Amino acid sequence: MGTILFTIIFFPLVWEAISRWSGLPAFILPSPLEVWARFLRALADGSLLRHASVTLLEVLGGLAIGLSTATVLGYLLAKSRTLERLLAPYIVASQSIPVVAIAPLLVIWFGPGRLSKVLISSLIVFFPVLINTIVGVRSVPAELHDLMRSLRATRWQTFVKLEVPAALPVLLGGLKVGATLSVIGAVVGEFVGSEKGLGFLISLARGLYDTPLSYVVVFSLVAMALTLYGLVSLLEHRLLAWQGIENNR
Amino acid sequence: MNASEPALVTRNLSMVYPNGDGSLHALHQVDLQVQPQEFVCVVGPSGCGKTTLLHLLAGLLTPSSGEVLFEGKPLRGPRRHIGFVFQQTSLMPWRSVVENISLPLELQGVAEDERRHRAMELIELVGLAGFENTHPHNLSGGMAQRVAIARALVHEPNILLLDEPFGALDALTRERMASELLRIWSARTVTVVMVTHSISEALLLSDRLLVLSERPGRVRLDLPVPLSRPRLLEMTYTPRFGELAQEVRAAIG
Repeated sequence: MGTILFTIIFFPLVWEAISRWSGLPAFILPSPLEVWARFLRALADGSLLRHASVTLLEVLGGLAIGLSTATVLGYLLAKSRTLERLLAPYIVASQSIPVVAIAPLLVIWFGPGRLSKVLISSLIVFFPVLINTIVGVRSVPAELHDLMRSLRATRWQTFVKLEVPAALPVLLGGLKVGATLSVIGAVVGEFVGSEKGLGFLISLARGLYDTPLSYVVVFSLVAMALTLYGLVSLLEHRLLAWQGIENNR
Repeated sequence: MNASEPALVTRNLSMVYPNGDGSLHALHQVDLQVQPQEFVCVVGPSGCGKTTLLHLLAGLLTPSSGEVLFEGKPLRGPRRHIGFVFQQTSLMPWRSVVENISLPLELQGVAEDERRHRAMELIELVGLAGFENTHPHNLSGGMAQRVAIARALVHEPNILLLDEPFGALDALTRERMASELLRIWSARTVTVVMVTHSISEALLLSDRLLVLSERPGRVRLDLPVPLSRPRLLEMTYTPRFGELAQEVRAAIG
């Protein structure tokens, strides 16, 4: 607890000191107090919450789509070597394309509205969750599969009572990475073409040389990603309580 | 099933695994019979196909040729009347002791109260009372293997198959577990086929001892164990026991 408090206090202090002694103007390096004042203003006129809620909805949509497609496809790939050999080259190749490069295409195809942002966010969530699903499902010990077979478990029973709980730790690890990436995806989409959202607010602030506002948005994005990460951690804690203290410390 | 009918019969049982370079001949024309409530141990050099034999008896593998008769009928695939204890403990780490033991009942759709009741009975029998809500990572090797045995018995199988169940335990725990297994076996009317690489363990436990030859495995010695029951650990120090052990050792080669 003490270390967390130190981190929270130390960072703004150093920042304040640098901005004071460097003598840089506010549009290059605003002081923490100026950013705080700008934050309160953005909060008061409702603009921050309005744009943040747009981004949050896109992020949640992206997570939902990315997570569901990646787990379903990941499970199928883990179970079928043939399918994996057929699809793996495409999936890996698609990951070598920077999202920034295809974001404009998606905006052209799906319009400047919410859908294109959700899709960009889901694309970036997809890969880590897919890989972790495959690893998770493959990591189920062979003896446990033999056990289920010797007990004449149905496919569904094997899935629900063995594969899901066994793969869950690795899958949740992938979701943690995915949750933070999903925010990046949505912002990239908003950067490319949008009139709403935190990504739009950043480009607006840049155009107006309203640097304190840029800082406000950056911190809002960090807060959003941390919250999502925290929620997944909480979920992990609830679902994986059986791992006991030694793994969760 | 009439009383004189063998619980398990194998006829000309052979197993060949397809392999990268040629094939692996694991078992060759194994013929054996196990009577109801008999305790049979299978010993042999490592890699002689003991585990393969057990998996065939459980219906987990399909033989390349020959057949397994379970209570007079050809065995096709796993049966609910067979309980299996694997080499590794194969417990589900996310389930507590009682949840692990009641898994077979859960898969059969037995109601929760009934499951818990029967699992608790087994917990009592294997001497794990007080540990029902413990998770496997907090159990010692011996305790984990007790859970595995309880799980294999909870659905009241006619046959219990054990694949080197005490292989990973230290010598002292192993001796204790052998006596425990005898106690459990006399408390439950169940036929047992157990694979082990310990000759003294096999002699101490079994009514009949089968020696498999090196790969491809075939039955080299079928020895009825002429020791009285109840078997006690002290018997292992008698000259008679030593002679039997020597005979088995010679057959393994």
